[in-house]
Amino acid sequence: MAIAPAPPHLAPPLASASAPAPTLQVIYERPEAMTEASTHYCPGCTHGIIHRLVAEVVDEMGVRERTISVAPVGCAVLAYQYFNVDGCEAAHGRAPAMATGLKRVLPDHIIFTYQGDGDLASIGGNEILHACARGEKITVIFVNNAVYGMTGGQMAPTTLPGMVTTSSPYGRDVLTQGGPIHITEMLAMMPGVAYAVRRSMHSPAEIRKTKKAIRKAFEAQQRGLGLGLVEVLSSCPTNWRMTATESLDFIRDSMIPVYPLGDFKVHSELVG
Amino acid sequence: MEQSIIFSGFGGQGALFAGQLLTYAAVDAGMHVTWIPSYGPEMRGGTAHCTVVIGDEPIGSPLVRNPDMAVAMNLPSTDKYEPLVRPGGLLVVNASLVQRPPAREDIETIAPPANAMAVAQGQVRLANVVLLGALLAARELMPLAVVERALAAHLPERHQHLLAANIAALHAGARFVRAQVQAAR
Amino acid sequence: MTKTLWKGNEALAEAALRAGAEAYFGYPITPQTELLEYMARRMPELGLAFLQAESEVGAINMVYGAACAGVRAMTSSSSPGVSLMQEGLSYIAGSEVPAVIVDIMRGGPGLGNIQPSQGDYFQMVKSAGHGDFHAIVLAPATIQEGVDLMYESFELAFRYRTLVTLLADGSLGQMMEPVEMPPFKSWPAQRPSWALTGAKDRDPRIISSLHLGAEHLEALNLHLQEKLGGIARQETRYETLYAEDADYLLVAFGTVGRIGRSVVRQARAAGLKAGLFRPISLWPFPEAALDALADQVKGVLVVEMNAGQMLEDVQRIVRNRVPVQFYGRMGGSIPLPDEILPALQGLQPTPRQQNGRRPRQVPA
Repeated sequence: MAIAPAPPHLAPPLASASAPAPTLQVIYERPEAMTEASTHYCPGCTHGIIHRLVAEVVDEMGVRERTISVAPVGCAVLAYQYFNVDGCEAAHGRAPAMATGLKRVLPDHIIFTYQGDGDLASIGGNEILHACARGEKITVIFVNNAVYGMTGGQMAPTTLPGMVTTSSPYGRDVLTQGGPIHITEMLAMMPGVAYAVRRSMHSPAEIRKTKKAIRKAFEAQQRGLGLGLVEVLSSCPTNWRMTATESLDFIRDSMIPVYPLGDFKVHSELVG
Repeated sequence: MEQSIIFSGFGGQGALFAGQLLTYAAVDAGMHVTWIPSYGPEMRGGTAHCTVVIGDEPIGSPLVRNPDMAVAMNLPSTDKYEPLVRPGGLLVVNASLVQRPPAREDIETIAPPANAMAVAQGQVRLANVVLLGALLAARELMPLAVVERALAAHLPERHQHLLAANIAALHAGARFVRAQVQAAR
Repeated sequence: MTKTLWKGNEALAEAALRAGAEAYFGYPITPQTELLEYMARRMPELGLAFLQAESEVGAINMVYGAACAGVRAMTSSSSPGVSLMQEGLSYIAGSEVPAVIVDIMRGGPGLGNIQPSQGDYFQMVKSAGHGDFHAIVLAPATIQEGVDLMYESFELAFRYRTLVTLLADGSLGQMMEPVEMPPFKSWPAQRPSWALTGAKDRDPRIISSLHLGAEHLEALNLHLQEKLGGIARQETRYETLYAEDADYLLVAFGTVGRIGRSVVRQARAAGLKAGLFRPISLWPFPEAALDALADQVKGVLVVEMNAGQMLEDVQRIVRNRVPVQFYGRMGGSIPLPDEILPALQGLQPTPRQQNGRRPRQVPA
């Protein structure tokens, strides 16, 4: 995978030796849990921000040196290149099984999967279901953008009713193609799940809430409470054929009515 | 020198365990031995059989078409294995469940009423051990004492209280054969 | 050391633990379930990781995950379950992590039945998943040999960072034989240099079978092929019986291989100079040894519990130098010596054939 050099306007400003040092203060920097690699994500996609939120949480919890990422098949297939932690790449949908294998032999490590909607809710339905049923002490970041992104915008199990995709060119017909799967609500019913919530990436305020939820999902693992799952409604401007801002509005106006944000399961030790 | 024995009966009659018992005893006696079961999807019921091959060198085929000996615990097993026993071989039949006379004259047939003899020892389930005792009295594969030790060592924990009854059943089967031999003299 | 009586599946499980297995993930399927059940009882006692997975797909991917941690991980299954595992086997091969798989074969295709079969030769030897790779495939003929091969399996898997498969038919799993169990093997506590252990005081390690660039993936494949070539040179195993002066050669593996011992003894007693060639490693196949014997013998009989799968390898190696005939049983029937012996004796030319006509080759 070739990584393009960062455009000049994104290059870090040169530090000036003559500037008065005391007034300078770091207000924004790359988390240690992220590598310096530029991501391959499309402009306007929120994957990169979600990666950053995960990395910030890993840093804040001080667990980077014992964290292992499990990447999915989908747009985030190269996620392991961006997290500055040990990582591996699962087969499509099998990340929860692979994470189970890792966690069972490394119980003191922090294991997380990062999966899209096709990976988790379609082909990997059985693996996530049973990881939840067993209450695996892992953290699952579930990015729902209602479409198969990497393969070019086909219908996903989470595609909205009537939504046009390359494999539902007349709009998703729920009578023949089924309706959206509310998998987080479903998984919240499993006794082994300690934390199951849905958040969104459509505004800075929602992004901050997403980060708090990711933190709780990692804490659920660290405290041995059970599986922590955060579903994150995310944008796909490329396959939605929208601009970046239109796609954020689409999350707010079209996705949230179908996938309401909220807490579906919060272990008593995680309340607050 | 290899000797092959097939044990066959209804599921639950203990044909497989009788074969295992002989196999454990053969191991204890330092012989080469294989035990191979028939197996089906059902856990209970149906017919069950196993083949035991005992030898003084490593066993090649664990299965045989024409066994040297067969222990038939019911009529279907008798009908199936009586024709297959090697000429000059031995058929041990459970006379409690098989009333018909032997069909072959070129093999030896002994027919203890194993169910009745087992009931006399307190448990109809001991019929398999009665028949094993009869087999070992008719063909000197190994001393009964070796099988007694195998019983003590390998009778499942939940059946250990039946150890004495098992040993008595083993000897009852052997006595039946010896009495027949003496009567024939 | 004394021998004790073991059921095949349970003996393989105990041998795996003595070989150093640390994690087992499996799914019940006849005729291998006793292996899983044995692990379920024994591994918690030993403080090791046992998990009954939701499916064979789940199980093999759990093995993959545990193997990424440099842990000695294994699974066991039977033919249809192994078909489901092929995805994971390919990923494991592509990312070069060690793992041990036991396949206690049953009849197919499809659901088939639960009777013994050797129908997975193609599946395990030729095509254990998509892409170019081979697992080391070891085919024991007795429970003791299964125990001994299992005892070596993790060493092989870690030495070459490769998949090792024990391939046996259902009858080996279900039968009982006296076994001498080896002692528990000791392993260094240090995990391998590639293992995922957490990026503490070092750069992160990544285990992946994804190589998007064509040159990268070709380079990986060339590396894999070179590694497999080394395995092929180092790790062939076979057994012969009366092969030195044999005119007619019986080639069989696993249970049929042990039955072959009875057959060649009977053939010799009947005056036929017969010998047995029993491959123990099916991949790498012991090609050189069979190649040499093909120059010596007058005919070869391949016997398998399938429609002629290893037969294709034997034909490839014998290269029409002498007739290669085949006798196979399918569906759960185990070929008995009295079926194989006539086929072996049938390799001898009839008087008419001796006047210049070659024996007709039985179509495979």
